[in-house]
Amino acid sequence: MSQKLNRAAIWLDKLTANAPRMAGLCASVQVADGTVDGKAARFIAVVPDENNHYPRAKGGEVGLLEGWTLAKVVSETIAEDADSAEKRAIVAVIDVPSQAYGRREEAFGIHQALAGAAAAYANARLAGHPVVGLIVGKAMSGAFLAHGYQANRLIAFNDSGVMIHAMGKESAARITLRTVEALEKLAATIPPMAYDISNYETLGLLSALLDIASPEAPESADMDKVNAALVTAVREARTDNTLKNRLNAKNRQSSALVRERMRAAW
Amino acid sequence: MRNDSSFIELKARERARLLLDDGSFRELLDPFEGIVSPWLEAQGIVVQSDDGMVVAKGTINGGPAVVIAIEGAFQGGSMGEVSGAKMAAALELAAEDNRNGIPTQAVLCLETGGVRLQEANLGLAAIADIHAAIVDLRRYTPVIGVVAGTVGCFGGMSIAAALCSYLIVTREARLGLNGPQVIEQEAGIDEYDSRNRPFIWSMTGGEVRFQSGLVEALVGDGVNAVKQAVNEALAKGVPAKHRTDNYDWYLDRLNNFDTTKQADSEQIKQLFGEKRA
Repeated sequence: MSQKLNRAAIWLDKLTANAPRMAGLCASVQVADGTVDGKAARFIAVVPDENNHYPRAKGGEVGLLEGWTLAKVVSETIAEDADSAEKRAIVAVIDVPSQAYGRREEAFGIHQALAGAAAAYANARLAGHPVVGLIVGKAMSGAFLAHGYQANRLIAFNDSGVMIHAMGKESAARITLRTVEALEKLAATIPPMAYDISNYETLGLLSALLDIASPEAPESADMDKVNAALVTAVREARTDNTLKNRLNAKNRQSSALVRERMRAAW
Repeated sequence: MRNDSSFIELKARERARLLLDDGSFRELLDPFEGIVSPWLEAQGIVVQSDDGMVVAKGTINGGPAVVIAIEGAFQGGSMGEVSGAKMAAALELAAEDNRNGIPTQAVLCLETGGVRLQEANLGLAAIADIHAAIVDLRRYTPVIGVVAGTVGCFGGMSIAAALCSYLIVTREARLGLNGPQVIEQEAGIDEYDSRNRPFIWSMTGGEVRFQSGLVEALVGDGVNAVKQAVNEALAKGVPAKHRTDNYDWYLDRLNNFDTTKQADSEQIKQLFGEKRA
């Protein structure tokens, strides 16, 4: 295999001790089983595939096959655990540069494919599976909505290679009729517009931010940190299957205020 | 059939009023509450006192209901922190109602380009909350999405639309993940020509989405036509299988499809097998 690895592929390997990949899936969605807190856990990553049947998705983007394959894997995990009192943890290992942008993608309903994935992750959470999003690289826009944003707990690396945003800079500049320079200048003063992880942290959406010495070639201290964070996240997630824990930051106080007022008026 | 007045021409508030039973409309967090975007002013953008989102409770055919309507005329219907939280909060409360034995129904009028880029990450987070709330609520009662036009429904909100139990569109509607300009920016004009309107509609317009089975109803532009479709959808109840559960069908089609040719109307028909003529 001469495939380029992304961070998600590297961490999937490490976290599951090179466990075999689930067979029968498209090459760009890799699934392996490991443990968290001594119990079985399923790890899922979207990775690049040079030979992707849909060429606009060969760089690790979430496209038609990726969205529907995530839907399948997560839905089947829910079905397998339907009769278990304690549901398996599901860890989305996240390094997704974007959704796939292309003509086939729109024509063949990529929005529905991504909805399939988002629905499956949300169903898993509602069914009692602790769902954790581990952001090791990029978590961009629709790709993140499909792969990770439905998790009860989000963990990110405190690293310059981590980027969470709604749209790449060039496109965002075009749509908002600004230059990239003007966009960057604004992003520096408006926390939700920023592209760096420190600003993102102030929005209160993360349950943990980890300092990782070597995010592309994890050392044992890095592994210990990530494993410990996963244990905490899974334990917390078992006590709360909602997304309410994301509403506590000052930089997201309007989101909490709207809910308070809506409830009062309801 | 011009004995039915236009739905598309209506603002969000009027859409919500007309979808609810006569006289039952009660708006929550209306413009007088003054909860506005905390992020726009610093960017030199004038705020709107409802942040472009109308939440109204009332009844539909006598049953409790909430209609949540996006105002496409404010910032392209984009989802900011406040507008997004209004929709999410209303859906969360509707789910709570249903858990408490109050069968609150939900109708969403979706006219949006997706995330409001001036509030980027908080818009995206709000959309994730909306997805979560739709998936929760649709277990109890059908969540109906209406994409009438002319803005259409894009970005993360096209995923929200795709999560709805039933979708109703007109020929003016467009439904797609990525806006034409963004695809052109990211992939080039040969991939997607954002100025070619007939092409855009042939890919993402209401009619082709209906033919492909990605929406349940295609209606003319009329208040009564939309209302009738909403009533029919509500009457069907919670579907046995949601569109999002059809991964095996889609994977089989997509994996075996010849992708050497670029997509066109013919290819769309081939892939979906002309679900509806």
